[in-house]
Amino acid sequence: MLQLSCPWCGPRDETEYHYGGQAHVPYPEDPSALTDEEWAEYLFFRDNTKGPFAERWAHSAGCRRWFNVVRDTRTYQVLAVYTNSDPRPAVRFGAEAGGPR
Amino acid sequence: MDDLTLQRRSPLSDLAERIRAGAVTGDRQVRLTELPFLTMISVRVDPGSPAAAAVEGALGAHLPRSCGQVTADGPHHVLWLGPDEWLVVSETAPSDLHGALTDAVGDAHAAVVDVSANRTLLELSGPSARCVLEKGCPVDLHPRAFEDGRAVMTTLARIPLLLWQTGPDTYRLLPRSSFAQYVACWLLDAMQEFGSDFLDGAAS
Repeated sequence: MLQLSCPWCGPRDETEYHYGGQAHVPYPEDPSALTDEEWAEYLFFRDNTKGPFAERWAHSAGCRRWFNVVRDTRTYQVLAVYTNSDPRPAVRFGAEAGGPR
Repeated sequence: MDDLTLQRRSPLSDLAERIRAGAVTGDRQVRLTELPFLTMISVRVDPGSPAAAAVEGALGAHLPRSCGQVTADGPHHVLWLGPDEWLVVSETAPSDLHGALTDAVGDAHAAVVDVSANRTLLELSGPSARCVLEKGCPVDLHPRAFEDGRAVMTTLARIPLLLWQTGPDTYRLLPRSSFAQYVACWLLDAMQEFGSDFLDGAAS
């Protein structure tokens, strides 16, 4: 089981959290201007990174806040935990490290 | 108007007899009791704002600023639920406290809601209380990590609840009312082994 450290509550078991998928997927500036293909890309397409991956988690059984985690998908090692207002930490991401997208 | 409080039933009223009978005596004592109908007010406000200061003034207690902290003044306890969310548990009448806090925040961007019926309060006490909880709670309850006067939102037996330690061997559990019967039955089952003399018998 993963143990994640909530920025507000400290280390807790994975069972207290809810997974929210890839982080840093911005909502399109003008959704109505997108083609169907671009909209589908925004809605359904996500990276499938092998290596460090930024993802969203919610501490749903605790403080109920969303935050971001950088987790290595090969080893499950948690490399960074940061709030939504913190800048994205400087860890090597899968795409930049040459991993498959 | 009739006093409606005379007609109210606690979420565990149907289990009252089983809860009484489930108390374990002896060296490994543990006992469950329900403390129903406490006043609970949910407060959401930016902790740095004047409205937060007004709430603190009305309560006479600070809004705790970090996870696990509980502050108290007279009949009120303030439990940390999130960085901008607190639960006030009190023995005063809900309408009085709700009115006082609503007046305190005024038109500010804040929410004060009477949630007294949302949860009920179970008290588990006795030297075996921690062992009982450890069967189904992911939080480390050992005294090196958790102590008297701390309260956290966590899970017990897979359901979310507020766990609040109020004495060396006393824990208060605040599950949602709809989960209360499940939690009470789970606890009664978990307590049962501490009343058994099976281990002593096997040893002799």
